[in-house]
Amino acid sequence: MTPPTGASTASIPGTMDDEKAGPSRRDGDPNAFNPLFRLSSEQIEEIGAEFQKIHDEVKGDLGDRDAQYIRSIIEFHRRLTALSRIVLMASRYPPAWALGTAGLSVAKILENMEIGHNVMHGQWDWMNDPQIHSSTWDWDTASTAASWKHSHNYVHHTYTNVIGLDKDVGYEFMRVDPKQRWSPEFLAQPLINVLVMLFFEWGVAIHDMDLEAIKKGTKKKSDLMNDLKGIGKKGGRQVLKDYILFPALSGKHWKKTLKANFTANIVRNVWSNAIIFCGHFPDQAYTFTEEEIADETRGGWYVRQLLGAANIEGSDTFHLMSGNLSYQVEHHLFPDMPSSRYKEIAPKVKAICEKYELPYNTGPFWQQWLMVQRTILRLAFPGGDETPKPGPYVAPPEQPRAERTVQAVDGPIPAFP
Amino acid sequence: MTTPLLPDDYIALLDPRWSTREATGTVVRVRSETDDAATVIVKPTHPWPGHRPGQYLRIGAEIDGIRHWRAYSLTSDPEHPEGLVSVTIKHVSEGKMSPWFTEQCGPGTVVFLGHVEGEFGLPDPLPEKILMISAGSGVTPIWSMLRELRRRAALDDVVHLHGTRTTEDFIFGPQLRELHDDQEGYHLHEQLSSEDGRLQVDNLDELCPDWREREAFLSGPREMIDDFVAHWEAEGLEEHLQTERFQPVIGTGDAEVGSGGTVSFVVTDKEATCEQGISILVGGEEAGANLPYGCRMGICHTCVGVLREGQVRDLRSGEVHGEQGETVRTCVNAPEGHVVIEL
Repeated sequence: MTPPTGASTASIPGTMDDEKAGPSRRDGDPNAFNPLFRLSSEQIEEIGAEFQKIHDEVKGDLGDRDAQYIRSIIEFHRRLTALSRIVLMASRYPPAWALGTAGLSVAKILENMEIGHNVMHGQWDWMNDPQIHSSTWDWDTASTAASWKHSHNYVHHTYTNVIGLDKDVGYEFMRVDPKQRWSPEFLAQPLINVLVMLFFEWGVAIHDMDLEAIKKGTKKKSDLMNDLKGIGKKGGRQVLKDYILFPALSGKHWKKTLKANFTANIVRNVWSNAIIFCGHFPDQAYTFTEEEIADETRGGWYVRQLLGAANIEGSDTFHLMSGNLSYQVEHHLFPDMPSSRYKEIAPKVKAICEKYELPYNTGPFWQQWLMVQRTILRLAFPGGDETPKPGPYVAPPEQPRAERTVQAVDGPIPAFP
Repeated sequence: MTTPLLPDDYIALLDPRWSTREATGTVVRVRSETDDAATVIVKPTHPWPGHRPGQYLRIGAEIDGIRHWRAYSLTSDPEHPEGLVSVTIKHVSEGKMSPWFTEQCGPGTVVFLGHVEGEFGLPDPLPEKILMISAGSGVTPIWSMLRELRRRAALDDVVHLHGTRTTEDFIFGPQLRELHDDQEGYHLHEQLSSEDGRLQVDNLDELCPDWREREAFLSGPREMIDDFVAHWEAEGLEEHLQTERFQPVIGTGDAEVGSGGTVSFVVTDKEATCEQGISILVGGEEAGANLPYGCRMGICHTCVGVLREGQVRDLRSGEVHGEQGETVRTCVNAPEGHVVIEL
């Protein structure tokens, strides 16, 4: 595969190995590759203003229906959890075990993705409800709320896809972009990838510790101890709940309960790993260097968010189960906008893309996921090319329809009937 | 066992009011007092812990998805047989909550109950001679105190001066006139500002010649209170005057106390500088941090953060405090030097 623009010159594997990870090969022709560098600074500011307008419009419109949406999801999650636990009381019968475990898995996914991630982003802070607020929320996973909010909300969402600044590019132990320098330890990447999939929550838990600094020995000992204490406390409570308390309550069927909890955690881990890796690592997403964002304005930040993220196509239920991170582009443009609004604003975002000849990165789930897996396998070895990028977004021609068969429905994405 | 949730969160699935996470209450009745004031009567979900007449309650409600908080004087008796409490609210047309309470909220509405606070109230032991001065909706805490005095059969020698625009506008006017007729120890003077002008310090000697010998309780608009406080101070009698301002003077930058300082917000990862008299909340917001807040006047505790380092100054009292691990209200505290806060 070759990039449509033909800008990539590194056809020989290994040419990047000895180079410093830094300005990429598009240095030769900066306008050829990344659409950001084709835009004039006036255009960038115009785009920024248009995105800001979408943000402000939604912010001014937030009200009862949004509040009802998040409350209904939270209530649904709690009911499903309670119900699954009740079903699991009969876990000695295999169908009950399967049903309870499936329910628990779905509940954990909802809790982490649509509720936890989004509440801790501050998407619902405007309600001023202390129970549904980024400053008070904690989630059913190993990482502490505070460390996640720092590594994710601040580091990742500010420096999205900037190699060297955004620690979510490979999470400091994987090579997912050819601009990251190769070293022999990446040969273990295919194996590590599977482990990260299975135990994703623990990867997230240690993510904010700054592994780079620990490796170099520059991290203060007291800070390290504080981090470990936080993770130990939160992770310990999780282990106690899922692997000791609930099994103990099940008496002689404790093994079944333990297996159910373990399975639900693994299902949740694999699913959230897949969705999150599909957010920035598919081929379409651009990465940036520190030099490239040195004098970035608010408008430039918006364009970088647009280019650095990729959506996943799917049904409403799929979007709900992915915490609407399948609208990764919209989420990165507006991290503090309630997730239920992403679907509504997507057409406006696409219109801006079309107007300024920018790409709108998206694809079906399996395509995106397989692309990510291919990149992870390829980049375990030295070298690797910039992946081919899509062209500007063009709206599909409108389908002629004889008559409207279904009344259009406005509103947030329905949860479950 | 339900970490990170509480068992409470599951119990609340059966009936949201069973949750102990937050104190709530259900509106039983909204009674109209005048054309633009109403008493909202609430049945608290959990037994009412009690209050002293003259204190106020912060009460929260959700209006179009957003929780708002205000503080209003309690007008119910502390030990109501059915455990009901009430606040009396004057409609302020440009306000957010008072129109909602007086026009939209009806029986069955769930409201959030905050803490009972306020130092305004009857001293112990009771003074022998009392002077009450109120204007407009400032009558509400005075009304509570008068009722308490009557309940304790201690309405012996009370002079009450009240300023109101018209006779009809007088909140609790009918009840207080009745009290005036029934009780020898209670004397009410109504001053109609539409006819006789506002109640002023110059009226005092004529309306209550022995005011210097009385314990005085004053509740009303800020300008009025400032005038009366100055008058009492001029006579060296400020210890015999209690006031309820309703509009605390805080965080506006005109309180010339403290050193100001810098704040590090560890979760938000922001650095802020607060000039003298500027609260941590305002400083943080100016630095671009998205911080939780509620009443912005030190009563609702929505804005609290855990202090990691440094000391803060309470902008209301001027007191400097702060230990590591203490939760501080960012809206009424300013940094005294450098502070680190978990927010």
